[in-house]
Amino acid sequence: MTAHTSSSESGLILPRYRRDPEGTHPPLDSLGYKSTGLRHPQQPLVLLPHKLTEITGPLLGPGRIGELDNDLTRQHPQEPQGQRIIVHGRLLDGDGRPVPNSLIEIWQANAGGRYKHMWDNWPCPVDPYFDGVGRTLTDSEGRYEFTTIKPGAYPWKNHDNAWRPAHIHFSVFGMAFTQRLVTQMYFPDDPLFFQDPIFNSVPDEKARQRMVSSFDMSRTVPEWALAFEFDIVLRGREATPFENEEDEDE
Amino acid sequence: MSTPSQTVGPYLSIGLPWPDGPTVVEEGTPGAVWIRGVITDGAGARVPDAMIETWQADPDGRFDHPDDPRGARPGFRGFGRCPTNDDGEYGILTLLPGALPGEASHINVSVFARGLLHRVVTRIYFPDNAADPVLASVPADRRGTLIATRTEDGYRFDVRLQGEGETVFFDV
Repeated sequence: MTAHTSSSESGLILPRYRRDPEGTHPPLDSLGYKSTGLRHPQQPLVLLPHKLTEITGPLLGPGRIGELDNDLTRQHPQEPQGQRIIVHGRLLDGDGRPVPNSLIEIWQANAGGRYKHMWDNWPCPVDPYFDGVGRTLTDSEGRYEFTTIKPGAYPWKNHDNAWRPAHIHFSVFGMAFTQRLVTQMYFPDDPLFFQDPIFNSVPDEKARQRMVSSFDMSRTVPEWALAFEFDIVLRGREATPFENEEDEDE
Repeated sequence: MSTPSQTVGPYLSIGLPWPDGPTVVEEGTPGAVWIRGVITDGAGARVPDAMIETWQADPDGRFDHPDDPRGARPGFRGFGRCPTNDDGEYGILTLLPGALPGEASHINVSVFARGLLHRVVTRIYFPDNAADPVLASVPADRRGTLIATRTEDGYRFDVRLQGEGETVFFDV
């Protein structure tokens, strides 16, 4: 238990998780991204209090990670085409505390911008030596590292001449159901940001920048690989327990 | 300071499904039920590129988690994950969760899909549930969207992302 707790009406002492400020996450209805049109809920969301099911969550990973799961360049008899990169960072909560032993899953397009998916059929070759899928666990200090290749940008049909900036999909669990997050890691100074409705769906400019990795010269490997750093920050635990909000939740 | 959410996009199925994702418990487990459903969009079309995740207590209402103040109860994964198929269908094999202190038996559900920039969260309740404070906080005419219906081998729980009969989604 931590000090960041609250009492529930059942007498149990539970940790609480801070709700993210407005503008942190994209609105579900985002006009520029056409696929949201028929898929976003139109009714208001109902506030869910943080009880046992919300403050717990799956602690997965050990036993699910194969030896080469964090090296996407060594999963086949030959190496994939493309610029070899190391992607590393830390999984943290909103108070800067590391989230240890936590499952991180990634998936991405190949160097030309094509996914190994039956529905992806734009005219760019599939790389037989690249699946584009990785998994790892954070260490005791919340650190993770993947070796992969830099994904390419690719066209999509959202609007005329639409291109997705290069990105790697990240899926993380954290410690609790409230912390579950799926996001995309982008690369610094991508010239395609301006026209991408998914990147720009995040209203707050500073929040958008938290999805952009930084080039990390210190972690490049001479004559081998470039490196990018990407920290992922999940919701923090509530610093001030108070009963009033609990009452409002009910 | 949180990292923003982004959509899983159309190709989530290369990265997220696990062979044992849909089976919270192994097939043949006594008492196991299939929870099945269809995910549909605002036009009533089935959504073939979505994924649902479930999180729930064990049959005694306990969690294998250090923050359960009653102590972690190891042995029950409590987590299910299933992408929808070409017909927008999913299925999760699990044991019914027990009631929790002050709450009726329920399963938390996250839905991810192309076109969802953030997961949407709902809850599965069961027909014989009586009182629950979260269910009571939902407008009465929409409560039914959260209650699974009995089937031959378990329960049915459809998710309507938008429009008539829209499923109740929660702000977590």
